[in-house]
Amino acid sequence: MRITQGTFSYLQDLTDEQIEAQILYALDHHWAVSIEYTDDPHPRNAYWELWGLPVFDTKPEDVGNIMREVRAAKEAFPEHYIKVIAYDPTRGRQTTALAFIVNRPAVEKPFKLERIQGPGRTHRFWFTQGVPAVPAIGATNGASSNGASEA
Amino acid sequence: MSPTSTKGTSLEKKDRWSAGVTPYAEMGYYDADYQPKDTDILAAFRIVPQPGVDSIEAAAAVAGESSTATWTVVWTDRLTDHRHYQAKAYRVDPVPGTDQFIARIAYDIDLFEEGSIANLTSSIIGNVFGFKALRSLRLEDMRIPLHYVKTFQGPAHGIVMEREYLDKFGRPILGATVKPKLGLSAKNYGRVVYEALRGGLDFTKDDENINSQPFMRWRDRFGYVMEAVSKAEAATGEVKGSYMNVTAATMEDMYERAEYAKELGSIIIMIDLTVGYTAIQSMAKWARANGMILHLHRAGHGTYTRQKTHGVSFRVIAKWMRLAGVDHIHAGTVVGKLEGDPSTTKGFYDVLRDSQIPEDPRYGIFFDQDFGSMPGVMPVASGGIHAGQMHQLLHYLGEDVVLQFGGGTIGHPMGIAAGATANRVAVEAMIQARNEGKDYFQEGPDILEKAAKHCPELNAALQVWKDITFDFESTDTPDVLVTPSVGA
Repeated sequence: MRITQGTFSYLQDLTDEQIEAQILYALDHHWAVSIEYTDDPHPRNAYWELWGLPVFDTKPEDVGNIMREVRAAKEAFPEHYIKVIAYDPTRGRQTTALAFIVNRPAVEKPFKLERIQGPGRTHRFWFTQGVPAVPAIGATNGASSNGASEA
Repeated sequence: MSPTSTKGTSLEKKDRWSAGVTPYAEMGYYDADYQPKDTDILAAFRIVPQPGVDSIEAAAAVAGESSTATWTVVWTDRLTDHRHYQAKAYRVDPVPGTDQFIARIAYDIDLFEEGSIANLTSSIIGNVFGFKALRSLRLEDMRIPLHYVKTFQGPAHGIVMEREYLDKFGRPILGATVKPKLGLSAKNYGRVVYEALRGGLDFTKDDENINSQPFMRWRDRFGYVMEAVSKAEAATGEVKGSYMNVTAATMEDMYERAEYAKELGSIIIMIDLTVGYTAIQSMAKWARANGMILHLHRAGHGTYTRQKTHGVSFRVIAKWMRLAGVDHIHAGTVVGKLEGDPSTTKGFYDVLRDSQIPEDPRYGIFFDQDFGSMPGVMPVASGGIHAGQMHQLLHYLGEDVVLQFGGGTIGHPMGIAAGATANRVAVEAMIQARNEGKDYFQEGPDILEKAAKHCPELNAALQVWKDITFDFESTDTPDVLVTPSVGA
């Protein structure tokens, strides 16, 4: 299992130099840069934990400061997923502009797909890492691809 | 332009209000001194008058028939503030080296119902395209004033919200249309979806003519497709989706299908342009109310957008659809199998994505357009594209786009999932190189080859399709040409 969230998950894991080059791209665009980590990489987990606050107004020549934080996060959470995020505050965008994984567990736990069949061939699907949780069945017969977060 | 008298005498200049026929220009539908107001809706028409018909009278006739006029004087005009309601052709320019003219016409905002594409289009293109005195007519562009923009819902979610729903940032979104378009059973259809999504695509898509035919009914398709989507999400840990085409004969059918797609947990539905403007607005309203991304396939548009001298430019359709409220629309690939001059296509993409679009004849943009804070529509590039063109696609189309590789995924020699992986690796490698400051447009083939060293799937894709290009002359091009054609 390789979780493929983020902008570069289909490439080989980025080296420190490659990570720094991407952060420099963000700084050149005056984007704020943030580091987040989690042990719950479910695709509907919108809120990973913040590694400190996002940094604003970092000059490209100070990219080393952010790289130090990346390395510190990796040291603190070697078996977590860690991603670097860049926010573009430009009006009309005001959202994440780049987000890529810089650390992942040595062995990634696969997701297990669970299913319940309801009337009329309506399936409900959900998946979790580790112990599967049984979701609450709602009023409808509908199935859901993201039961874990909706349950 | 005026009808010919059966008496054989030319119609003499007469009082504005005496019964009979008065040339449109003399009735006030041409006014060279008119200064368009900020609130006016402006239209640029490409007019080819019949031989002997004066271009100014032709323009005035278009202004007249698309606003208050009929062929003869009616006294009931005098019961209204007719000068306010009549459209004014205010500028008519010949197109050098042709028999064409560009006529600019201003319409007062009071002529139109708030938030209704049907009303807007019934006025602007309702009556004028069959005029005998015109050889041909094309609506090239419209300036929709912000005052009128604000009366429309706009995209159900828009580019920013879609990316947050999908948790996908910093690169084009990847999709594929399930092929063959027709004939697959529901279970086999779902197989293609599962393979393409687990291999690395973000989206798969029903084609425009997959609705609910005897070989596969819609409800069966939706069930298998959602199983495939869910399995692929579990296999990759990523959000995935498949556009469920809910196009049907009636609104009731479309709502039924959309509701079922929602129940199954789908994040996106699709409709075809053939359902009509009112149905599109209804589905956009439904999509916003139900948290569902709305994809629009521009099925049928080529019948009226492609020829340069007659019809409606796609840039106008793009503006209408942004107002109508779709989240996705097919807008051309430049390098693929379908019509798409690079400069003209850039104009379409700008109109869909940007807030302020400046007048620029190089891109076929006739007016400044201000969409204010209305979200952008995600353009979709589909039709004859493959991984080996990734540098060109990124260069021409940018980052906020869905790149749809149908044949380019499903036709991969190692299988569908391998085709998907090839496309995903190609786009990530190209984004990485761009962000690192490389001249990715020139170095594109090298960047892809280097990435293919670690990716046999990409290597195979590059080998199979390396020489495939669709290099035909475009029919829909701007009058001003400065940009070289597809390079590198």
